[in-house]
Amino acid sequence: MKKATFLPYLIWMIMFIVIPLILVLFYAFTVSTPEGYKLSLDNFKRFFEPVYLKVILRSLGLALVSTLICLVLGYPVAMIMAGNTFSRRDVLMLLFVVPMWMNFLLRTYAWLAILERNGILNIALSWLKLPSVNILYTNAAVVLGMVYNFLPFMVLPIYSVLRKIDKGVIEAAHDLGANPVGVFTKVILPLSVPGIVSGVTMVFMPALTTFIISRLLGGGQFTLIGNLIEQQFLVVGDWGFGSAISVIMIVFILLSMGIMSFFEDADKEKTLW
Amino acid sequence: MAENLVQLQGVSKVFDDTVALAEIDLYIRKNEFVTLLGPSGCGKTTTLRLIGGFEEPTSGTIWFNGEDISNVPSYKRQVNTIFQRYALFSHLNVYENIAFGLRIKKMPENVIKQKITKMLQLVNLEGYEKRDVDSLSGGQQQRVAIARALVNEPDLLLLDEPLAALDLKLRREMQQELKNMQKQLGITFVFVTHDQEEALSMSDTVVVMKDGKIQQIGTPEMIYNEPKNAFVADFIGESNIVDGIMRDDCLVEISGRLFECVDKGFGRDENVDVVIRPEDIVLTPADDAKLTGVVRSVTFLGVHYEMIIEGHDGINWLVHSTLKEPVGTTVGLSFAPFDIHIMKKENAS
Repeated sequence: MKKATFLPYLIWMIMFIVIPLILVLFYAFTVSTPEGYKLSLDNFKRFFEPVYLKVILRSLGLALVSTLICLVLGYPVAMIMAGNTFSRRDVLMLLFVVPMWMNFLLRTYAWLAILERNGILNIALSWLKLPSVNILYTNAAVVLGMVYNFLPFMVLPIYSVLRKIDKGVIEAAHDLGANPVGVFTKVILPLSVPGIVSGVTMVFMPALTTFIISRLLGGGQFTLIGNLIEQQFLVVGDWGFGSAISVIMIVFILLSMGIMSFFEDADKEKTLW
Repeated sequence: MAENLVQLQGVSKVFDDTVALAEIDLYIRKNEFVTLLGPSGCGKTTTLRLIGGFEEPTSGTIWFNGEDISNVPSYKRQVNTIFQRYALFSHLNVYENIAFGLRIKKMPENVIKQKITKMLQLVNLEGYEKRDVDSLSGGQQQRVAIARALVNEPDLLLLDEPLAALDLKLRREMQQELKNMQKQLGITFVFVTHDQEEALSMSDTVVVMKDGKIQQIGTPEMIYNEPKNAFVADFIGESNIVDGIMRDDCLVEISGRLFECVDKGFGRDENVDVVIRPEDIVLTPADDAKLTGVVRSVTFLGVHYEMIIEGHDGINWLVHSTLKEPVGTTVGLSFAPFDIHIMKKENAS
């Protein structure tokens, strides 16, 4: 009975996870020669050329900056939404969720229209008699796109953790002499660590792998690791190198998840105080 | 040393048009064990939260040691609270939970350690310092909550139904322990409960509340033996509340029979509530009894039998007796004059 109900999932997982993964590993660790495929680490060696190392460093850097900005912006929003005095919770929640119903590409294209040389932003600035800005096709535009697209993924997990914090615990902290700042740093923040961890994970992962945002808002000159992989498969046709980069990316993601779970464990052992 | 530690003066609290407290006046003396007792929604928890500083009064003044603290936030008050659901910090271990208040006061680490060691002894939790609070049983969590509050040496400890979540046996133990701690430490306790037995057994003073108003303040004996109105009589222990007519001073008519009582000052032929405790009713042979009834049900409750006896005019009397009368027998009901409590009808209608 149990096995029978599990079967569809098993087939699904084999078809869409296991087989592609094996294919990626296969291409990554082989080179094609006239006699057929040969085991080789050449694809990985290529990655350590400075051009490509720069790409991964830039990807990591931008992903980190975006994640940090999302955290700084998202935490207060989550707190306001979770607060008891806030009566427009549903409205704010809707404002966060509605854009997610729209196509991701469309949303990012919209920023093109805003940031263009003669876009909405610069028209507004000229009305205000302020100098125009040119941030399209810069790092700033890419980070902006990432923050805009991934902010809900930071807000929602933090919000749901904050909502679950017992009001009594906050009252207890007040009762024991903690002022509002003390209550935040000593109780609310440590209790919301699981939310922060999952928020950071949910923003950092897609920010590291995105290629649409950097292509549209970075104008192609800011190649990120996602773009590099896409290029290898669709433009260059070097499936071996593309797969190798994918494997390296998987390793990076596993590493960052490992670091994250370390923070969660630390919380469980009560060492964060 | 009858010095008032806390005084509430005409304090009201209104939540979105619902009156939780209607102009109550209450004072609490130093070293007193005061219990606020009443059914849910009577305003007892609101009163406690006002003293603790978790709510601000809509009107009226709260005095603490002669100072007006009505609008002082809770973290500036010399008051600590034990919450109904303990509200322990799940991200901290037992030691750090208890240390929370002391850390905020920036006490040196060795003093903190000393105080906590002493506290853990008091609540019988030695050796639990490093334990996760979520791994403790309900009773142990309760002890941590008590230690966390008492370690700050407050002038006043507020307890919001702290024993409600414990099983009966543990509850009895904790009642005793709390009472002992209160005597030992000389701290004023304000205890909220809806359990009348708990209130009677622990308190120096019981405050009975209903619908945001104080019904009666007195010692447990006073509240039990001389309830001020039918509500108090009914809420504190079980009671028979029947209609009566005052025929004269110290003479009341119940079920058409005249009984001697000890209450005076009612109008002649005034309709009154008559309260008689089930254990004060004595069963006699039916022949020479003023009042008779037929036993309708008998329930064995351990210490005594609980019987429902239908009087000749249809009134059901609740009687507690160690002797059992079989169902269907006709018995006489009698009560001593001082066991008949006469109360004014609550509303004239």
